[in-house]
Amino acid sequence: MAKQISVFLENKAGRLSNVTRVLGDAQINIRALSIADTSDFGILRIIVSDPVKAYKILKEAGFTVSETQVIAVQIPDSPGGLASVLEHMADENLNIEYLYAFLGTTENDALVIFKVEDIEKAEAAFKKKEIKFLDENQLYRL
Amino acid sequence: MTYWDKEKECISRKLLEDLQLRRLKETVYRVYAFVPAYKEKFDAAGVKPDDINSLEDIRKLPFTIKSDLRNNYPFNLFAVPMSEVVRIHSSSGTTGKPTVVGYTRKDLDTWSELMARALTSAGADRYSVIQNAYGYGLFTGGLGVHYGAEKLGASVIPSSGGNTKRQVMLMQDFGTTVLTCTPSYALFMAEVMEEMGITPADLKLKAGIFGAEPWSEDMRTKIEDSLKIKAFDIYGLSEIIGPGVAIECDAKNGLHIAEDHFLVEIIDPITEEVLPYGTPGELVITTLTKEALPMIRYRTRDLTTLDIVPCECGRTHVRMQKVLGRSDDMVIIRGVNIFPSMVESVLLRIKGVSPYYLLVVDRKGNLDFLEVQVEVSEEIFSDEVRRLEELGALITKELESALGIAVKVRLVEPKSIARSEGKATRVIDKRKI
Repeated sequence: MAKQISVFLENKAGRLSNVTRVLGDAQINIRALSIADTSDFGILRIIVSDPVKAYKILKEAGFTVSETQVIAVQIPDSPGGLASVLEHMADENLNIEYLYAFLGTTENDALVIFKVEDIEKAEAAFKKKEIKFLDENQLYRL
Repeated sequence: MTYWDKEKECISRKLLEDLQLRRLKETVYRVYAFVPAYKEKFDAAGVKPDDINSLEDIRKLPFTIKSDLRNNYPFNLFAVPMSEVVRIHSSSGTTGKPTVVGYTRKDLDTWSELMARALTSAGADRYSVIQNAYGYGLFTGGLGVHYGAEKLGASVIPSSGGNTKRQVMLMQDFGTTVLTCTPSYALFMAEVMEEMGITPADLKLKAGIFGAEPWSEDMRTKIEDSLKIKAFDIYGLSEIIGPGVAIECDAKNGLHIAEDHFLVEIIDPITEEVLPYGTPGELVITTLTKEALPMIRYRTRDLTTLDIVPCECGRTHVRMQKVLGRSDDMVIIRGVNIFPSMVESVLLRIKGVSPYYLLVVDRKGNLDFLEVQVEVSEEIFSDEVRRLEELGALITKELESALGIAVKVRLVEPKSIARSEGKATRVIDKRKI
C-alpha cells in the first residue's frame, strides 16, 4: 500500500506549474505523475518522496488535496509483463479505477501504480501469484 | 420578552395609524415646501399636501426612485439647510453617480434609537460586547450600528471590515458576545476560525446580526451551525436611514419594520399597483420622521411580503419576510427570474458543497447561458474523475429543477471565488444588451 497525493486543478494556465513549484520549493521530489482531465478541470495524481509533508504544504498553499491509497506493482520489464498482471487481476475480479506508470524503475522491473476498488483483496491476489509490490518506504525512497 | 421601547414597539394598531397619519401629513407639507424636486413631481401629478387625509391617500403621491437621488446629486433633495446637516453618507457609486444621504442631529438620534431597538430584539443589552465588522466610512452599516450599540450601552469594538484573523483574535481576547457584519463575511470568518484552529467553544459569541445583502434560510442554518450562535436578519438602506429599518425578533418569522418611523407598502414592480398584505412584491417606504432627507414612496427594489398577523413576541409592527432578492441582483435568463439566493439555497442543501458561488451570465449568439461556479472543498473532492463528474451532475440537476432553466456547473478551486468583507458579488453579467 502506498500514499498518492491527489490535487484538484482548474483548467487554467499556470495551475500545474504552481503545484510543482510549491513542491519543488519544499524539496519534495515527484516520483510518478498522472493527470486525469475533463473539459473543465483536472485531477493531478502524484507519488512523492514525502507525502505527509506534500499534503500539508499543498493544503497550506490553498489547493484542494487528498490522500489516496494505491499499490505500486513491480512488473517484469519485458513484453507481456503488464498483460499477465492485468489478466490475473481480471481472473480475481479486481476492479481497477485507474493506473499509471512510474517514472523510474527498479533493477529489471517496471513499476505501475494501481488504484483499485478493494486494496486488501488486490494485495492478497498479488501475493498469491507472487507479483511483487513495494511497501511505502521502498517507494518513497526510490 | 425584552424591548428597547415597549410603548412604541407594542403600540396598538389604532394609535400607530393615528401617529403615522399625523407624521405623514407633516412630512408631505415639509417636502412640498422645502424640496423643489418634490414640489415639481407633486404638481405634475396634480396632488397637493391638503389632499392627504388618510393613510390610503398616500397612493396619490408619486414614487421616488434611485435616479431621483442621482439627478439631484449631491444635496438637492435635502429638506433642511446644510447648517442643520451633521452627517453625510454615500453609496459607493459603482453603477453611476453615488447616492448621497444626509442626517440632522435628530435624524442621528432616531437612527441610534432604531439600532438600539434592533440590537435589543436580537438579545443584546448593556452587558453585551458587540464587535461591529460592518465597514466604517461612507457606508451606513458601520456607523449606524456603532451609534445604536453605544446608545444601548453595550461595549462596542469598532473592528470594521477586513483583517479577518485579527477579527477572530479580537473576538477571542475581548470576549465578543454579538457580531454584526454581512452574512457572507460571517461565514468567511467561520472558515478562517477553523483554519486557525479556533472552535466556537473558545468564544463567547451568542448572537449575530447580519444584513446589507439578501441571504437565505439555508445560509442562516449554515452560519448558526458553524458559529454556534443565533443569527438575526437586519434590514435597512441608506436612502431611508441605514440599518435598523427592520429587525427580526426571537420568533425569526419576518422582520418587524419600525412603523412609527416608516410607512410601508408593497407594490407590483411592473404595474406599480399597491398589493394587499401577504402578496409578494416590491417594498416601498415613506419616511415619517426624517428631517434632512425625507423620502416619499421610495421604491427599494427589494422583493418581499408583508405580514400583519400579530407576532408571538408582542411587537405590533408589521413584519416583512426575509428579502428574496433585490430586483437589481435579479438576472433574467430566457424570461426566467433568477436570484442568487435561490442558487445559494440549493448549494447549501448538498452535503459538503461550500456556499461560495458565482453566477456568470453570458450570451452566445442569441441565447443566454447561466454558468454557476462552485468551489470544490476537500470534503467533496475525489481523486476519481467519475465521482467529481457525478457531483457536478447532481448540482446541475438540483439547480435546474429549482431554477427551471439549463445551467452549466463549473467546479473551481477553493478560494478562487473572491471572499467578501462587505457585500458579496454573486453575479457577473457579461451580456452586451
